Parts: sequence; structure tokens; C-alpha cells
Amino acid sequence: MQAIRQMIKLDAERDRGFAADIMAAPGGEQLERCFQCGTCSGVCPLSIYMDYTPRRVIYLTRAGFKQEVLKSNTIWLCASCYACTVDCPKGIHITDIMYALKQRAIRERLYPRAFPIPVLAREFFKMVRSTGRTSESWLVIRLLMNTNILKLFGMWRLGLNLMRTGRFSLKTERIRQTGELRRMLDAASGK
Amino acid sequence: MAERSNEIRVGFYICHCGTNIAGTIDVTAVAEYAGKLPNVVVSRDYKYMCSDPGQELIASDIREHKLNRIVVASCSPLLHEETFRHATQMGGLNPFFFQMVNIREHNSWVHTDKAAATTKAKDQVRAGIRRVGFHAALEKTRVKIHPDVLVVGGGIAGIHASLTLANAGKQVYLIERSPTIGGHMAMFDKTFPTLDCAACILTPKMSSVKNHPNIHMWTYSEVTAVDGYVGNFKVKIRRKPRYISEELCVGCMACIEQCVFKQPRFEDDFNQGLAKRKPVYIPFPQATPQVVLIDPEDCLYLKTGKCKQTCLEACDRNAIIFDQKEEIVDLEVGTIILATGFQIFDPHRTPQYGYGIYPNVYTALEIERLVNASGPTGGHVTTRDGREPKSIGIIHCVGSRDDNTNKYCSRVCCMYSLKLAHLLKEHSGAEVYNFYIDMRTPGKGYEEFYDRLLQEGVQFIRGRVAEISDWALTKEEEGKLIIRCEDTLAGFVRRTPVDMVVLSVGLEAQPDAQDVRRMFNIGCGGDGFFLERHPKLAPVDTFTDGIFLAGCCQAPRDIPDTVAQAGAAAAQALALIDAGEIEQEPNTAYIVEEDCSGCKSCIPLCPYTAITFDETKKKAVINAALCKGCGTCVGACPSGSIRQNLFEDEQIFAEIEEVLSGV
Amino acid sequence: MKYGYFPGCSLKGTGRAYEESLLEVLRALEIEIQELPDWNCCGATAYMAVDEIKAFTLAARNLAIAEKQGGDLMTPCAACYLVLVKTQHYLKEYPKVRDAVHRGLNAVGLRYEGKVKVRHPLDILTNDIGLDAIRARVKQPLKGLKVATYYGCQVVRPYATFDHQDYPTTMDRILEACGAEIVHYPLKTKCCGGSLTGTLTEVGARLCHILRAEAKRQGADLIATLCPLCQFNLDAYQDKQPGQWFEPVKLPVVYFTQLMGLAYGLSEKKLGLGRNIVSAAPALRHRSAVTTA
Repeated sequence: MQAIRQMIKLDAERDRGFAADIMAAPGGEQLERCFQCGTCSGVCPLSIYMDYTPRRVIYLTRAGFKQEVLKSNTIWLCASCYACTVDCPKGIHITDIMYALKQRAIRERLYPRAFPIPVLAREFFKMVRSTGRTSESWLVIRLLMNTNILKLFGMWRLGLNLMRTGRFSLKTERIRQTGELRRMLDAASGK
Repeated sequence: MAERSNEIRVGFYICHCGTNIAGTIDVTAVAEYAGKLPNVVVSRDYKYMCSDPGQELIASDIREHKLNRIVVASCSPLLHEETFRHATQMGGLNPFFFQMVNIREHNSWVHTDKAAATTKAKDQVRAGIRRVGFHAALEKTRVKIHPDVLVVGGGIAGIHASLTLANAGKQVYLIERSPTIGGHMAMFDKTFPTLDCAACILTPKMSSVKNHPNIHMWTYSEVTAVDGYVGNFKVKIRRKPRYISEELCVGCMACIEQCVFKQPRFEDDFNQGLAKRKPVYIPFPQATPQVVLIDPEDCLYLKTGKCKQTCLEACDRNAIIFDQKEEIVDLEVGTIILATGFQIFDPHRTPQYGYGIYPNVYTALEIERLVNASGPTGGHVTTRDGREPKSIGIIHCVGSRDDNTNKYCSRVCCMYSLKLAHLLKEHSGAEVYNFYIDMRTPGKGYEEFYDRLLQEGVQFIRGRVAEISDWALTKEEEGKLIIRCEDTLAGFVRRTPVDMVVLSVGLEAQPDAQDVRRMFNIGCGGDGFFLERHPKLAPVDTFTDGIFLAGCCQAPRDIPDTVAQAGAAAAQALALIDAGEIEQEPNTAYIVEEDCSGCKSCIPLCPYTAITFDETKKKAVINAALCKGCGTCVGACPSGSIRQNLFEDEQIFAEIEEVLSGV
Repeated sequence: MKYGYFPGCSLKGTGRAYEESLLEVLRALEIEIQELPDWNCCGATAYMAVDEIKAFTLAARNLAIAEKQGGDLMTPCAACYLVLVKTQHYLKEYPKVRDAVHRGLNAVGLRYEGKVKVRHPLDILTNDIGLDAIRARVKQPLKGLKVATYYGCQVVRPYATFDHQDYPTTMDRILEACGAEIVHYPLKTKCCGGSLTGTLTEVGARLCHILRAEAKRQGADLIATLCPLCQFNLDAYQDKQPGQWFEPVKLPVVYFTQLMGLAYGLSEKKLGLGRNIVSAAPALRHRSAVTTA
């Protein structure tokens, strides 16, 4: 027999400042205008895999249900294809709102451990800071080391194909001015 | 009449306006202060100046104290300037010796500091009292109203307005650009919510128009120029050549039958391109007037000069006139009603819905013709590739409620989408899906109509459609059009394969709305429709006196509201005509001829084209009837030879000086 | 006319066939480019997910270098193109972003005054070179080859002005000028999943499968792309993945520059055609042996 669950939301669970925070991020200004038409979800190629569709995430953000929004897989499944943003009849920059939510989730560490997508984002971030460029093979290796090392061995066929076609390299790409890059990034953040 | 003397004798009144003013401003103190100012003979405060006793106070004071200037400190002139001018006149004084000082909207309603507000009121009052000393007696100008009316546009709005005016005994010139009256309504199959046949209820009215002795129905004609002003418009009409004599042709259509083009080859506009016609054609069987016409772009003879001209033989009334020329006619009318209608949104602009890419995507207007018994398929619902659709999707809000196309809601589409759902189901037995965002059914009988549709087995999916394409995920989807959207009420994305898609396109202003509005000297709103004088209180008036709006040219609306509005426009016109003449506020600009240097700087500046140049005198001349007193020319004139009644330099400088003297 | 050239990390890695074929085609059309000295990673979508201000600063460093070098900046990689153009927009519209980015640039002696024009090769080929010039160099027209043009998302949305955002046609016109037949392809701008093939392979591979299956269903011999990640995704996951429930569809995926190069009679090896995981050779045999001398 299926377990019986209760779902009722009390007002105390809302984070009243959450919507304003997200709207304060560049690109988030039009969030309030959403009239829930669902065009974004309809055109999104990933919406069928998300636990809340983009439309619901906008609604939940506006209503202040921060936990639901930041814990959803929706924000991570967004591939930034901008189809929603271009088709939205209210000019809401949904993709940019997704970015703001991603950044917020990382800041508050509100994502499942070993969920590959935010892990990839953080590894990418670290690698660029260190070398100024990304070395694709090393990025994948680091990702899998932090999520599911066994998958690395499952990718042997892809690895062979890439080696065969000369697209595989273990070289670490880097720029000359790595120190300058780090100083620049820190200065921009005001450090 | 008060005796004219050089002495200025001012009566000053300050209104309490209940607590609106008195709650913030110490009105007694202000009255006392004013009483001590130069030239003030009487100074009173009163609870409600606009009331009858209040007005009577002014009138009797004028008589008793021989006052020759009145100042009332109260609310906005927009509200009661007329009231107090009238009271002044009742006392026997020229009404323009009156000045109003706004200490409510400009003072008590926007300030909370009582002491400061009272001081400010004293400054305002001092300024008004000094100003009024420079007022001169003025007379309202009178303009006669020509009794004939021009109605531009022969759709249901123009038809109804024309009949109303004609029944009232006025001569109406109904000008319609296309070869027949009837407009968009003639293209509809049935109308909501009653499902009346559109043609059945429209054609009797069209017939009345044709037969009415007071209506001059000129079809295939356009307005090309408008001059003049309220009561005296001079209009140029271009009557395009049909190459057929309207008097002789009886609409037997033998010429069409005998045309050298055995098969119709040219796009039939009335049937929205779904059918073809010959170069000689009649738009639809009940066209009014029931006269054919020849399209010079398509006719072999008119284009090349070489044709057997079998039509000439076929016509036993000799009604075909190949050398017919266009005619320009001049008209004089007193009032104009614009009823030029709308165009539908062109869904080529939203390619994600597949219009023009896939053949079986239609606009709602194309479907109206498809389901119509006198349409291209005789009411049989078939796709462009000849199949009978088993499933049909109707997409709401195409080109409406969308920042990317039109922001506004087109008001009628939800209702007509429901209507088409009903008709399509009736004619084809197909499964019908309506994809909507909200269901807007506010009118009389409209919600009941929605309820009826819910019971007819139509599927309603709340979700704005994201895309329509022929991308097939499964075998069942192949060969169909797939509508992908989020079913927001169910909470998941779904794919709906259909054979035919109907786009519920929104309404837009006609493509030449900007040109037309410039010609008639009216304005358009940001949405492209003609601008009304006030959205609530003057929805059929424009900012140009004597020109009225009726129907969708002002905003999207359904037939009941269009007819009501057409009646309203006719009533406004009748009010002017039956009054015979109108009075105009004398706040007009005038030119002191001796000072005018003839530099012509003012002429292009006037937004109402009220200034012309007298070539003989080499001076500018202002037409007081067109002048709206905006003051642009007054400010611009380099020699200061243009002045404005009620806003003379001395009056304004007096106000400024008095206001600043308190600093 | 000389253009600045910003390859981005992928074009030096898994996407090197794109750079190889692009450089060949540019040489044939006598277009000069100069790679930006010491360019850094643009940040793509991953960096923006962590820290927005740093992401814009990262991209702006490249813009500053490009401005110093001069000329329009040719940016073939779709993600780099989007990030650079988005950075330009944000610098203009959001003072908060502008101030932070300039603070970063100034701290290392760099300046950016907003004068660089970031342009995709499709834009340059269509608007600067022109279809006539492109057609003129064709020696072996791609007659008989049915191509599904796949634009992906980040070049056309949301900022591209040189083509339509949902129904672009610039690549279609260029390949038609090279003699190919373009098939109707309703999914031409549907996202391939981007980095999801690496992180959530079952989801990413499914999206790519749908793209290939529909292209094949519409009659295409191969898919032409303009983004290194799209090419990789569509090319590298054609075998049945672990846990996959649908049958795989094999269809070769090439860069549009490779097709142009073939039409110009350039060497297949130099165009990097050997780098396709799923070989395009069988599909290319559909071409009629037509040569215009």
C-alpha cells in the first residue's frame, strides 16, 4: 500500500524577502509580472525531467517558498538555452533567474551531495581560477572523482573513440597571466 | 451690467469644501487677509461655494456692491470654473472677469503642515486677486454646424451609426473603401453567444442602408483629404473605378460566367485566400451594392489591351465601362464619424505557431469562411490537403497579451474561440482542444456560453502553447501537427497531435491607422488604435471637436458593444447638429497684426494647423475655431505679436510677482 | 579585412575539427584573422552558475584584449559567443555589474570601453563576405546531399540580431550556396542538453537522440552544426548508453565549415573530417560527382 503523505503549507514557511532578493539580481526585475501561462515550461526541452517546471519555480519564488525552489533539481537541469526567455510574453528573463537561483543554492549549500551538476560548476570554477582555461579531460575526471568514480570506468568506450579521433588530451591548458587573472577576479568581487 | 469704471472692485470668496480645504487651511484667516488686499471690496468664506446658495452669494454681491471682478479660492477649475463663471454672469458681469484659485488639489489635498499650507494659500490668493485685475471682457465664439454627416467605414459600426443619423433626418455620406459594405461581420459564420447567423442579421441592415433616402452609400471610395473644423469640414473623396456602372448593373453575374478566364485564378480576399476568383467578381453573394467589379491588376483587357471581351457580350445592360475613370468629389459636412474597423494580427510574425510553414495552420478568420455555408467549401471542414480533420487545436492569445507582439488583450478571442470550437465540432465531429491562458467571458450570456461548451465535449487545456511543429516522437504522431505545452492545471507537459490548428489571432489597428489619423487630425494611443478624449467619460469623442469614433478602430470590442458605441457616436453628432451651433472657449491665441513680421515661425508649430499665412497682407492668421489655446505659438513668436486670451503676459507676470513677493 | 579570433577552450580540445575546418575555409575566402593573445576561458554556463560578477569579469578580460588588438572579434564557439555578448549587454545595462567589472580590470591595468563587436562566423560570412562570394568559390557542389542544419540555442538566443531566434536561416543559405539541399528540420534550435551529457548522461543522451532521430525522419543524410559542444554531444553518444530504453539512431554530425570546405574541394584530412566519432564518409557518398572547374 502506498504511504499516505500530508501536504499543507503554513505561512511561516514562506521566506518573505526571497522574491525581492531574486528580483534584485540583474535580469530578475520582471519576475512579478508572471501570469503563469506556462509557455516557458512548454518550450523548455528539460522541463519533463524537472521536479518543478520552470513556471512553478517562478511561482514558488514569487510566493517565497525558498526551500522548495533551492532544493529542486529544476535550477540545475536548466541548460541555459534561453528558449523560455525569448518566448515569455511578459519579458521575464527566466534563464537569468535560474542562474541567480543556482548561485544562491551554491552559496547556501542547498543542493544534494554529489549531485553532478553543481559539482561540475564548482570544479569548472576552481580550474579556471587556477589555470585560466579548462582542460576538458581533467574536468571530467575531477567531476567523476567527486561524484561517481565508477562512471569513469564505464566511459572507456567514449575515451577510446576520443583517442582514436585525436580529440583526447591530458594536457593542462593554461594562460600565461594566471596571477593577473586571480587578482582581477578578486578585485571585481571587492576583495 | 455693472457700470464700467476704472476702479477695480474685487469680490473674494474662499470655500471650506467641508473639511477638504478647511481641515488643512485656516480659511477664516485667509478671508481676513484677502479683505485687506488692494481692490478687494468683499471677502467671504463659505462652506460650499459651488452650491446654489454659494453661487447666489456671488450674484447678489455683484449687484449690491457693484463688483467688477470675482475670485473664488476653492477646487480645480476643471470641476467648477464653469459653475462660477455662470454665477458671475448671473450677477450681470461678463463671465471672464472671474478667476479661480485652486487651493484644494494644489494645496490642502497635498500638504499636511497647516501653517505652511495657510501661508501658501495666502500667496496663491494674492496672485489671483492681482491677476484678475488684468482680465478683459471676452465673448464665447459661435460656430455653425453643417447638418450633413460623414461616416467613414461601412462595417456594422458605420452601418448602425448611418441608420441612426438617417432616421433622425440627417443626410449621411457613408464611405467604404472596399466594394461592399458589411466589413468583418459579413465574413463571420455565426456570432456569439446566440449563434445567430451573421449574414442573416447583417444583410437586412445593409439593405436598409442601400435603400434609405438619407444615406449616400459610396462604396469602393476613400477619403483623401480633410480640411476645416467642427461644423465645417471640407472632405475630398476618391471614388475608384469599378469599370461597371452602378446604376445599370443588377448583379446577374453573367459577365463572371462568360469571362475569358474559364477557371478562377486570383486570390479571393473575402474568403481569406482560401478560394480563387476571376478578374471580374462580386465579393460575396449578398454584397451591397449588388454590383460586380473588375480588378484592373487581374483583368486581361485592362492590363494588356488584348482580350476577346466576352463579358461585354454577356452583359445585356451594357453596364461594363472599360474606360471608367476615378472621380474626386468634394463634400461639406459638419461632423465626422470614424468607423474604420480593425485588421487581424498576422501570425507570420509568430513562426513558432507554424503559420505559413505548415499548410494546415489557419487563422480564425480563415476558419470562419471554411465553416460558412457560402464559403469556399460550402461549410465542409477540410484541411488544405483535402483531408477531414479528426482532431483540431484552437490556440488562444495569438498576438495578444504578449510583450513580443501586442501587450493588450483583444477581448473577443476567447468568445470566438469557444464559438469556433462549437462550430468545428458540429461540422466535423472532430476532437477539439482549446489551449488558453484565462477564459475571458464577461458579457451578457457569455459565461453561460462557456458553460454550454464545457458540456459539448470540447477539451480545455490551460497552457499557453509554446510551439507547433511536425516533430513526431511516436508512430501515432507522424503526419500530424504536434502542439506542445504545459498543462498547467494538471501540472505536466503534454503533446497533443492534431490534424488542423486554428490560431485565435488578436485584433490590431488597421495598417494605415497612422496615415488616417493624421489626415483627420486626431491621435492614436500607444497600442495603435485611435485615441478617445477620455477613456471612461468620453469614449466616442476625440480631441478634435466634431470627429467621433465608433467600433474597433478605437479598441477591440464585440458586436453588441460596437453597435452601442456607434449609437453613442451618432448621438454625439446629433447633439451638435441639433444644437445648430456651438460655443467655444475664448482661450484662443490672437495675432496683433501690426506687430507681425510675417516670419512664419508659428505656422509649422501649431499642432492643430490653426495658423495660415495671408499672402496679400503677408501676415499670419489664426483660425479661432481650430485654435485650442495650447500656447505654443505664443511662446515661439519672436516678435511677441501673438497673445493669448485668458493668458495675457500682464496677467501671468502679475501672478508670478505676487507669488514671489511672499518669499 | 582583419578580424580578431577567439577560439575558446573547446576549439583547442574536443572541438579542434571546428577550428581546423574554419581556418581552411577562411584561408580559401582570403579572410585574415588574428588569435587573441593569452585569451582566457569565457566561463561558459558553468562559471555563471557560481559567481556572476566574477563570470562577467572573466569574459571582460577577453573583450579588453580584443579591444586593444582592434577589429571585430570572430567567435565561432556558441557558448563563448553568448557569454561575450551577454557581458557586453550587462555592462551597458547594469551599473552594479559595470562598476565591479571595471574595478577588476583596472586592478590589472586593463581597460574596456565597449567598442568591440563580437560576431559569429555565420554573421561575418552572410553579411561581410556575402552569399555570392561564397558561392563563387564552390568547386564541388554538395549536390545530392541532404543536410539538417542544427543551430542549437546559444548563438541565436537571446542576443543574436543577425538571424531569427526560433527559425534562423543563415546557415541554411550558406550551405545552399554550396549546393546542399536543406531539409525541413523543426528542431533546429532545440537544446542538445549542453553539459548535461556529462553530468546526467541519461537525460542529455535522450535529448541528443531526439535530435538525431527527427533529422533522420525528415530525410537528412547528416547534421551540420556550429557549436563544438553540440557536435560533441550529437556525435559521441550515438551508441546505446547504459540503462537506455530506446534504440539508437546513427547519423553523422559535421561542422558547417567542414561542408563548406568540401564544397571548396579542400582536403578531408585538413578539414578534420577524420575526427568524427561517427564517420561522415558513407553519408558524403550521397553527393553526386559534380565538379565545377
